[in-house]
Amino acid sequence: MITRRDFIKYSMQGIAITAIPFTAMELLKPSGLLAAKDIKKIRWGFLVDTRKCVGCGMCVKACQLENEIPCDANVSRTWVERYVLLKDGRVLADSPKAARDGFISSSIEMGHGKYEDVKKEDIEKAFFVPKLCNQCENPPCVQVCPVGATYQTTDGVVLVDRKWCIGCGYCVMACPYGARFFHPVHHTAEKCNFCYHRITKGLKTACVQACPFGARLIGNINDPNDEVGRIIRTERVSVLKDEFGTKPQVYYLGLSKEVI
Amino acid sequence: MRSHIWRPLYVVIGIIFLALVIRGFVVPKSFGIHEKGYIYGWYNKADENFWKEVKVKYRSSEYCKDCHGNNLSLIKQTPHAVIQCENCHGPAIDHPENPAKLAIDKSREQCLRCHSYLPYPTSNRSKIKGIDPERHNSGVECIMCHNPHKPSLNSLRGLK
Repeated sequence: MITRRDFIKYSMQGIAITAIPFTAMELLKPSGLLAAKDIKKIRWGFLVDTRKCVGCGMCVKACQLENEIPCDANVSRTWVERYVLLKDGRVLADSPKAARDGFISSSIEMGHGKYEDVKKEDIEKAFFVPKLCNQCENPPCVQVCPVGATYQTTDGVVLVDRKWCIGCGYCVMACPYGARFFHPVHHTAEKCNFCYHRITKGLKTACVQACPFGARLIGNINDPNDEVGRIIRTERVSVLKDEFGTKPQVYYLGLSKEVI
Repeated sequence: MRSHIWRPLYVVIGIIFLALVIRGFVVPKSFGIHEKGYIYGWYNKADENFWKEVKVKYRSSEYCKDCHGNNLSLIKQTPHAVIQCENCHGPAIDHPENPAKLAIDKSREQCLRCHSYLPYPTSNRSKIKGIDPERHNSGVECIMCHNPHKPSLNSLRGLK
């Protein structure tokens, strides 16, 4: 014989047990699952084909005009490095004025106003390497900012808040790639942001557009139909300073071990 | 506790309270921890719009095509087809309204970016037709003889 007390107790338990599947269904909402899989999420990635670069510096010029970096200041959001490897084993590298005027002379800038003339016969190999911010997945520059003035957007680009930056320079020191500097006019930390105003409007970055040889490409690497994503997935690419664990998102084709 | 302990403590509490009130006014509502978490996503969300609204200056050759289609189709038949109009003509911005006239870079240095010969065996640079800027008509602007829209050596100006 069931008592009234037991009847109420068992029915409460029964309701509680039948309610569990409903809460489980609540957890497995299709839209939530889709968001968890991140298939629609944008992740901007960059591909540099060093084999195509001829060191004309059009990219640097376009970048400086597009992003209003004064040309006479010796700073730049992107730059091109020249590596000349000599037969005696020496490695010479330079990037005069960030290569905004390209490489016109075969003499290498050695710093302190010195130049070294290189003879054609002494060259083993020589090539150009365009560089820019790697928009790291683990950006050390963002970690060190004490005021929250630099941050990573959901699409993977690292931006600087000019109104919030106090100019302490921690981020400039933290970047292993030397991609950051102080803006000569705004006096705040400055860096390449993949031309955020352009890529969010569906345009290419200024440097990608200006490159006559297709040495630079940008794309959403999460998109299965994207050219940059396809090359990164299917071809042999490398990144700079992989051992730092920053997970850089600028990938290189044809990189040589001398490039640092 | 004695009052000589409480009194400075009141001052400290007052300073902390004042700082919190000032912080409430100065720090915008959109400042805080966002999608990327505390390490990478502690910032003012509104600043993203600042960067999105930066003016686009380079408009690509597609933008030039509507009015200057003739020049574009001409250069498309030459090896210079790969070069964007704005690389030499400068960023279009809102041309023809602003600026009404673009400042064209006709300098020798502009051509030498690619056509100054560099003896690099492993780079495509050495495969581009190039000159030694010291020896090849030094000091003279390239466009005196060469037409950048029709760079073929057969169509040199004055030698036709």
